[in-house]
Amino acid sequence: MNRNLILGGFLSALVLLAALTSFVWTPFDQAAMNIPDKLQSPNALHWFGTDHFGRDMFSMIMVGARTSIAVALLAVGIGMMLGIPLGLAAAARRGTWADELIMRSNDLVFAFPSLVIAILITAVFGPGAVNAIIAIGIFNIPVFARVTRGAALSLWEREFIMAARVAGKGAARISAEHILPNLANLLIVQGTIQFSLGILAEAGLSYVGLGAQPPVPSWGRMLADAQTMVSFAPHMALIPGMAIILTVLGLNLMGDGLRDWLDPRLREKRP
Amino acid sequence: MLRYSLKRLISLVLSLAVASLVIFAVIEVAPGDPATFMLGLNAQPDTVAALRTELGLDLPTVERYLAWVGGMVTGDFGTSYTYRTPVAGMIMDRMWVSLPLALYALTLSTLIAFPAGIYAAARRGKPGDAVVMGATQLGVAVPNFWFAMMLVLIFAINLRWFGAGGFAGWDKGLWVGLHSLTLPAIALALPQAAILARVMRSALLDILGEDFMRTARAKGLSRRQALWRHAVRNAMIPVLTIIGLQFSFLLAGSIIIEQVFYLPGLGRLVFQAISARDLIVVESVVMLLVFAVIAVNFLVDLAYALVDPRLRQRT
Repeated sequence: MNRNLILGGFLSALVLLAALTSFVWTPFDQAAMNIPDKLQSPNALHWFGTDHFGRDMFSMIMVGARTSIAVALLAVGIGMMLGIPLGLAAAARRGTWADELIMRSNDLVFAFPSLVIAILITAVFGPGAVNAIIAIGIFNIPVFARVTRGAALSLWEREFIMAARVAGKGAARISAEHILPNLANLLIVQGTIQFSLGILAEAGLSYVGLGAQPPVPSWGRMLADAQTMVSFAPHMALIPGMAIILTVLGLNLMGDGLRDWLDPRLREKRP
Repeated sequence: MLRYSLKRLISLVLSLAVASLVIFAVIEVAPGDPATFMLGLNAQPDTVAALRTELGLDLPTVERYLAWVGGMVTGDFGTSYTYRTPVAGMIMDRMWVSLPLALYALTLSTLIAFPAGIYAAARRGKPGDAVVMGATQLGVAVPNFWFAMMLVLIFAINLRWFGAGGFAGWDKGLWVGLHSLTLPAIALALPQAAILARVMRSALLDILGEDFMRTARAKGLSRRQALWRHAVRNAMIPVLTIIGLQFSFLLAGSIIIEQVFYLPGLGRLVFQAISARDLIVVESVVMLLVFAVIAVNFLVDLAYALVDPRLRQRT
């Protein structure tokens, strides 16, 4: 275990805990408006203060964590479910037209400015959490496909794969039984990184009004609400911003830490 | 070199063709008819039909696609549904905000990242390295639109050094224009600088372990001389790739930042067009951004081949 992993794991666990706790308990009802108490700075009663409708921001942050985690996690899921099989197939059929087709399509998706396409998708098919998940998820596919193919290619050269081939196993079985388990560490680390990027992307989409729609709370929309009030109620912008930063920071540190922990050979090479 | 360039060029054209098909298809399946949207729900069916004919919406899909692509190649992006002005002109106007903003941000990001990355690599494992690396960890975690809001709060509202938003225009002089783009450019540059500094550092660390670095030290160069003369130059290849990628990212990424600062750039154009169902504008701007990304990648590839002859051998 290393420092990055401990600190990152702690921050990530904190956010996850807040999200899970919000299902059974929040200090206040996050949706309850209470105009007389509006725009309070953080205090003993409202730990993170209140917003322009007098809603308790601590409760909103807790429930908002749910949205962030759900959107980013499902987007990573989409990327893994489609990207990993594509990458495995490309590596198994390396050098053939199938490999070429998969990798060129990957390049093409990379060429699309992800944010613009995410905005296009959510704008064309209507804003909402589901479309945000799809929009972010699509751009995770080529990431996982590329990482999987790259690592799988070098595995295919190894003796134990040769042994499996000699034993009569087909490419699909070798991919599933020998290649994939050896890629698990790498994919977990990449998943953590994509997860943190997903949190940022979700916040951006919600900020411009294309993510989760009211009444589902989200950190990005809290920031959008704060924009016009930042001069007299800075806590409205500071607190959701801190929530995003600490979550992303935690996940990134955890990713770095996991990489070092799972594969000590990479320790010296990290960027 | 010619063969290599030709191959890259063919793949560039193919990518653009597929990209245009995808964008066209997404817009095609979009719910909502532009003509109905423009005239309102209570419009007479024959008025709607007349407008559809006028906009060319009643033509077969294939014909409309070809007309769109053909028009773009010749510089005619069609006519905006809502503003009734040529799309190409609207895009050009907005480019005068978005392009300088992206370049400004790229310059700032490079100016911050190079010294930071070189410093961290030179002090590898020492406290200075840890401080820079910690700062970059924070830098990549900060959403740029939130950072933009904080900049507005500090430098526009409290210190009043800058305006809180809007764009002064270029006709009042270069400095006035640059001044109003400064806060947005800083907001865009910070996360990019963090990534670039990390790339710079790791590229340098890779090279510092090479044999020729030992040779350089052995022939009597000091650490500092060896670092500047040999390592930094060789680290440029991966760094230039990232800079190329970042430019297109900044161009597209300015969309959200433009919202924060109410800048009249491409991003605001896209948002207005999306809410007004002005699909031809959306299509064209997205295609243009994709073109920018693909073209920059193409140029980076060519630049590689010029620098490193070994790459020309490969496809």
